[in-house]
Amino acid sequence: MLLIRRFEEKAGQLYGMGLIAGFCHLYIGQEAVVVGVQSALREGDQVITGYRDHGHMLAAGMTANGVMAELTGREGGYSRGKGGSMHMFSREKQFFGGHGIVGAQVSLGTGLAFANAYREDGKVCATYFGDGAANQGQVYESFNMAKIWNLPVIYIIENNQYAMGTSVKRSSSETHLYKRGVSFNIPGEEVDGMDVNAVYEAAKKAVEHARAGKGPYILEMKTYRYRGHSMSDPAKYRTRDEVNEYREHKDPIDLARKRILDGKYATEEQLKEMEKEIKKIVQESAEFAQSSPEPDPSELYTDVLIEEAAR
Amino acid sequence: MTIEVLMPALSPTMEEGTLARWLVKEGDEVKSGDVIAEIETDKATMEVEAVEEGIVARLLVEEGSEGVKVNAPIAILKEEGESDEAVKSAAKSSGSGKTQDSAEGEDNSKDDEDDSDEEDSKDSGDDENGSGSSDKDKSKAKSSSSSLKDPEIPEDAKMVSTTVRDALRDAMAEEMRRDERVFVMGEEVAEYEGAYKVTRGLLKEFGPKRVVDTPITEHGFAGVGVGAAFAGLKPVVEFMTFNFAMQAIDQIINSAAKTLYMSGGQMGCPIVFRGPNSAASRVGAQHSQDYSAWYANVPGLKVIAPYDAADAKGLLKAAIRDPNPVVFLEHELIYGESFDVPDVDDWVLPIGKAKIRREGTDCTITAHSRMVGFALQAAEKLAEEGIECEVIDLRTLRPLDTETVVESVKKTNRIVCAEEGWGRMGVGAEIAAVVTAEAFDYLDAPPARVHQADVPLPYAANLEKLALPGVDDIIKAVKAVTYAE
Repeated sequence: MLLIRRFEEKAGQLYGMGLIAGFCHLYIGQEAVVVGVQSALREGDQVITGYRDHGHMLAAGMTANGVMAELTGREGGYSRGKGGSMHMFSREKQFFGGHGIVGAQVSLGTGLAFANAYREDGKVCATYFGDGAANQGQVYESFNMAKIWNLPVIYIIENNQYAMGTSVKRSSSETHLYKRGVSFNIPGEEVDGMDVNAVYEAAKKAVEHARAGKGPYILEMKTYRYRGHSMSDPAKYRTRDEVNEYREHKDPIDLARKRILDGKYATEEQLKEMEKEIKKIVQESAEFAQSSPEPDPSELYTDVLIEEAAR
Repeated sequence: MTIEVLMPALSPTMEEGTLARWLVKEGDEVKSGDVIAEIETDKATMEVEAVEEGIVARLLVEEGSEGVKVNAPIAILKEEGESDEAVKSAAKSSGSGKTQDSAEGEDNSKDDEDDSDEEDSKDSGDDENGSGSSDKDKSKAKSSSSSLKDPEIPEDAKMVSTTVRDALRDAMAEEMRRDERVFVMGEEVAEYEGAYKVTRGLLKEFGPKRVVDTPITEHGFAGVGVGAAFAGLKPVVEFMTFNFAMQAIDQIINSAAKTLYMSGGQMGCPIVFRGPNSAASRVGAQHSQDYSAWYANVPGLKVIAPYDAADAKGLLKAAIRDPNPVVFLEHELIYGESFDVPDVDDWVLPIGKAKIRREGTDCTITAHSRMVGFALQAAEKLAEEGIECEVIDLRTLRPLDTETVVESVKKTNRIVCAEEGWGRMGVGAEIAAVVTAEAFDYLDAPPARVHQADVPLPYAANLEKLALPGVDDIIKAVKAVTYAE
């Protein structure tokens, strides 16, 4: 969680320096969701999400260097600079993106789960989307198929309460998004997305359900993003007080830290050491992202099609 | 007054069917809504209801008759107390005997092995829809197309007459036997065996795991297919028609076509999107669009639009094996047409190669899909007037085989680009630009285009005919560029 937090802070900084361009959506505040869910997955399970994806990639085990260098559009990035913030992938880590079209990843993730069922390989696909995507039509088309075929997929709705600038209340006739599976017979539950333990417990249950062949499961993670929708969003649709309330009293990292210390899982010293390590990783990634060269101009025309004999 | 009961049509393209069973006999009294007969096509059995009350005076078509023309009288009802004389004269004036004879005549000449009555009707449905050409022209076109043999076909290959529909099915079945990862999904592909019967028999052979009926959910199942392809399966996604794929075009373009590039080459998407494209017959603007130019505009896709059955089979097999997303545009109005398909072990054609279907010296005509047939017919007619056209079947629109086109133009010095879709920003526009850029010094006339009228396709028969390009339009364009008129 801390790695994600520090990484995102650094990304925000690099954006401000003009090293990262385009759209850049930071995950700060939501870290407990992806860390809790990832902890409940096992090797080989797939992950797919939308464009607020840096946290998911780091949680999936992708390197900070590779992600940061993609943000700066360099050769060392996961997509060799051709994808950018919203479009990164790692087949090795079974991370399937990184998708810029709101809701598209829900059908795609359902398709990944379709492949798991087809191969009967016991894998589960964790498909993330936000409260905004939850109003897209294809989400429900996918819910329907996932349940008809009992596909091994868990749908994680990261409800950070604002779809860009529109609050859930203003955009959703039913604001309890975990109920959105009711008419498809998909079980759902609401989870405190600021509490990594709660997320883990809920995800574990959902993953077991899916892996047992019982079909999809919906988890609505109540969470909050501290930053704007993207770097260019001044976030005037909510009050400073509201943001501060979360930052000061509900921060997922503070909560986890307190729990670790209270339970004596680690000492203050050990945590400090960890923080130092994380700082180093992030610093290195920032340096790598600036020193890695821009992609060779010849890269312009590669990877459009897989060039091999069709026969 | 006597009432004629007419053979009904089951679909927009049906022209004849089988009268499977009579449920009434002469002398029975019927009232409106009573089921009096069952008729069959390859797709379905349907009940015929009486629309008026009366007494069944005469059954004009015997049970089991095949090839009964739509709108042919099949029975006569009389009113209570009406004389037999009136019935007799009605039977005579309806020309029913003649209808029956001709139906039987057709039956004998039919060489279709798979009792697909409706397919046959679809063949003849062409006339209504396009060029106003006659059957005679069509048979000519077929013979001329087979006269120029595909160099891919081995010298000693046995040729088997196959409908485009069955060629497509055979391609899928062969690839499914060959590769466990290949599966077919779409609306009505499994139990119904395809809205146009292209997937007939697949469920029986491969089971529901590999032949998957989806809900009516184009956007969703296209995305599911793409996701499955990302995971390494090889989906063949059938759209009932490409008109409905507009709901799914985001997944086709944003997800399937672009992800390989955006992932720096990691996320291949081996998927085929296939189904009928372009105009059918009198189905109106929303069911008749040609998407050739749309998809051919997109890097990251391959786009194939075959004409005959051999190409349909060979190219669909190639598309399924291709590691990239392929949009495979079929045409409802040629599904039922039969062509020779080489009976060889593994008939696969290279994607991206045009085919010269007719050699000529005076003008090049490019076409794809159904327009190839019209181009060949036009070429035959023009040959009678001494104008020899070279007809190039593009077969693949992306990548486009510009070399074959440019080389042809260097020889003929003239070109007519024919397509069924709208002209603006179209396939013909692209070819005209390529030829102008690469063979400018060889051109003796500006490139000409033949395409659909720039309007949503109308429903009315006469307007539809006016809107769609056909043989006469091609002839006119060739005469213009050859300054023959």
